[in-house]
Amino acid sequence: MRLEILNRGYGPGTKVLFALIRVFSGHPVPDAARLVFYRPGFYGDGAKKFTHEAMRGPSAWSVADRELMAAFVSKVNESAFCVGAHAATAGQAYQDRAKVQAVLADLESAPVEDGLRATLRMLGKLTRDGMVSAGDMREVLSAGVSRQQVRDALAVCAAFNTTDRLADAFGFELLSPEGFEAGAKYLLKRGYR
Amino acid sequence: MPDEDRKRAAHRALVDRVLNGAGRATPEERARAFGNAGLPPPLDALVGKVATSPAQVTDADFAAARASGCSEDQIFELVVSAAVGQSARLYEAGLAALAEAIGEAG
Repeated sequence: MRLEILNRGYGPGTKVLFALIRVFSGHPVPDAARLVFYRPGFYGDGAKKFTHEAMRGPSAWSVADRELMAAFVSKVNESAFCVGAHAATAGQAYQDRAKVQAVLADLESAPVEDGLRATLRMLGKLTRDGMVSAGDMREVLSAGVSRQQVRDALAVCAAFNTTDRLADAFGFELLSPEGFEAGAKYLLKRGYR
Repeated sequence: MPDEDRKRAAHRALVDRVLNGAGRATPEERARAFGNAGLPPPLDALVGKVATSPAQVTDADFAAARASGCSEDQIFELVVSAAVGQSARLYEAGLAALAEAIGEAG
């Protein structure tokens, strides 16, 4: 990563933890995990709590749908690390990698329900343009999405607009396909806490 | 909506820590990074890219920030503040558009 403190600025306990993770998972600790262990009182603890609420807290959206939203927002932000991580997680959660790849390639022709498609379209516009209109929201609602689902999707969007920016600014190292799949398995088992 | 309150509350707590928690950059500097406004060069360029075109950030942006006298911890805090700030604006904009849509729908 672009800051040395994020590469080596950890206390002895955290270094031991990183070594254990490396041994037991067979993969290096992803930079996304390293980031939240750096001075966690400043960012990591609060970020984990918010992200976990958004991605795993109660919602009418499935975990798979929310992981797909994360991957889609990351695609709009051109955040390669986060696209890799959350496309893998959504693919495992749906047990359908092709569906995830279809959404990332062309949302309009992808085989997803109208409500999810309208929601992804709105999140993409918000992420790209920095704003959406009441008319954009009415389109989502008229596709059968509840108000609460819109709020839940906006929380996912907020969490990943933060993570995408930090991944690209700090320069997270890309993982191998196997590394992303291992990370996805972990995120589906343990979440973001 | 208790579930939604938990998401919003967790988000507010994150924003509050980043802006007002213990840090090496001053709260004023963090607020400027959060708002993507009012930081001097070269920090304005780094923070501006984090907010609006994060994929364009380069090693040179970090080198310039270091050369201006910032410590790595200060740069860390300003970059985090910029990312959290832009995301908070998107969150608020989305919720405001939803509120307007619901209001207009009666």
